[in-house]
Amino acid sequence: MEKLRSKKKTDFISKLISYILLIILGFFFLFPLVYMITTSLNPDERSIERQMGSARAFIPEQVSLENYGNVFDRMPFGRYLFNSVFIVGTTVFIGVIANSMAAYGLARFTFRGRGALVSLVIALMIIPFEAIAIPLLLMTARWGWLDSYHVQIIPFIANPLYLFLFYQFFIGFPVALEEAALLDGAGWMKIFWKIALPLSKPIIASVAILHFLMQWGMFLWPLMVTVGPEFRPLPVAMQVFFGQYPRLWGDIMAFAAMMTLPVIALFVLLQGQYVRSVAQSGIK
Amino acid sequence: MAKHVSTDRRRGFKHALIFLIPGLALLITFMIVPFVSAFIISFTNTRLIARIPARFIGLDNYVRMFQDDVFGRSLLNIFYFVAVVVPVQTMFALGLAILVNKKVKGATFFRTVYFLPTVTVMVVVSVIWSFLYHPQGLFNGFMNTITFGNWTPIDFLNNKAWAFPAIMLMSIWQGVGFQMLIYLAGLQSIPESLYEAATIDGANSRKQFLYITLPQLRSTTTFVVISTTILAFRLFDQVYMMTGGGPEQATYTVMLHIYTQGFVRQNVGYASALTVVFFLIVLGISITQRLILKEEREVA
Repeated sequence: MEKLRSKKKTDFISKLISYILLIILGFFFLFPLVYMITTSLNPDERSIERQMGSARAFIPEQVSLENYGNVFDRMPFGRYLFNSVFIVGTTVFIGVIANSMAAYGLARFTFRGRGALVSLVIALMIIPFEAIAIPLLLMTARWGWLDSYHVQIIPFIANPLYLFLFYQFFIGFPVALEEAALLDGAGWMKIFWKIALPLSKPIIASVAILHFLMQWGMFLWPLMVTVGPEFRPLPVAMQVFFGQYPRLWGDIMAFAAMMTLPVIALFVLLQGQYVRSVAQSGIK
Repeated sequence: MAKHVSTDRRRGFKHALIFLIPGLALLITFMIVPFVSAFIISFTNTRLIARIPARFIGLDNYVRMFQDDVFGRSLLNIFYFVAVVVPVQTMFALGLAILVNKKVKGATFFRTVYFLPTVTVMVVVSVIWSFLYHPQGLFNGFMNTITFGNWTPIDFLNNKAWAFPAIMLMSIWQGVGFQMLIYLAGLQSIPESLYEAATIDGANSRKQFLYITLPQLRSTTTFVVISTTILAFRLFDQVYMMTGGGPEQATYTVMLHIYTQGFVRQNVGYASALTVVFFLIVLGISITQRLILKEEREVA
């Protein structure tokens, strides 16, 4: 009896400690994002500067969307947003098709050199983009591809990691349904589109999320290959905006918030899927 | 496998080819060709916009590296960054994963909060934290409050000693949620029966952590350590945005050097040589880490 009570007591204490830690860490991860939002809502730049070092920065004296309007006045924000969405959307969409098709080819057919191809794909995963950025720049510059959409899309469609994730999925996937369709006289292409791909929704979602995150934040490459607002994506636009003096923090934070909040909302909605995607990227 | 797939190898290849062509052609063109050409270009004096044709100059670019003090500095810096960020971020991620894996109400909510920075673009994170690190910013304000006004404001990003630690803290804040999710998946794949058996045998939670959790997570740890190291080596966005490599090259990294040489100065030949060395270092470290972690597993 005595022992049971003391166990209950230690349980309670360990729960309490867990909650205190969870909350403190919650503040640690949230405060910069909250700070971004509250600063973006404060229309008075002088009040921002006065309060930036104190807790009052989290409670703006006035609240308005003026800074958000300023961003649109000072920069073609809509254009940058379109560029980013278009580049990322196209890359991820074609990427899912190209990577899943190649993975299907490797997983479903037996031919000489298949094993070597799979090993090659795995080996390619080691090469970071940074290790090919400069020769790729030279190559695309010689082709006259600079300052365009396709220079930001085509090189990033095929990706060994995503291809491999699809490959693993297809390998562990029962082929009975596909065999039945084959006996019914369907061609392989039809089987892929009508049977394999619709059954691969979980892995498509995982790969699309990882691919989206990578492309959406891309900075070094568009910094080198875009010149003006026409093809420039949001991260490079943010950098240009940030580099304009005097720095108006309210406007800067409004820009940051518009770039961040929709993505955060999306990932909070899709969080179960996100957690699975990341877990899958870690299974080797 | 379907019968006629495995019995007729040539036909298998014929069918596979249509599926393989788009993906493989793109991988060859935009990964393998640039990767191989980095090696070739590194032996030439190629420039981005060529006025004179490139010439083969042997090992000149590699010799030049040894005389390039800025490159030496960038290597030291990046090793410093990796040496701090990788262990701290890995342990922090494991701690967070254990915490949100506890069966307490609201754990899912906190898991979501902790991964929010990972879906925030690094350029945006750099902007927000530049504001936090401002001489009159929140960090200085906070330190001033807890020292009862005895704090001399520090311009973190313009201070030789503070700039890099400041960027390290921010990088960990942004990235740790991703590793937390990987560890979380690892934790959840450990069979519950192991802990039950240990409890019956009277092992306390510290012992359970040391003798069940950690060994069971070994392959997860291998992956987390290697991927965090490679990510840390690529450090570019944050330093470009926040310090430009300064003050006095205190935050100048290898990638910043490759960018400056290859793009700003258009020395593609030299930048390619730097790229080759960069890749070999990353490769060497990931092979070493894998061997060490594997050896530990065999001993254990």
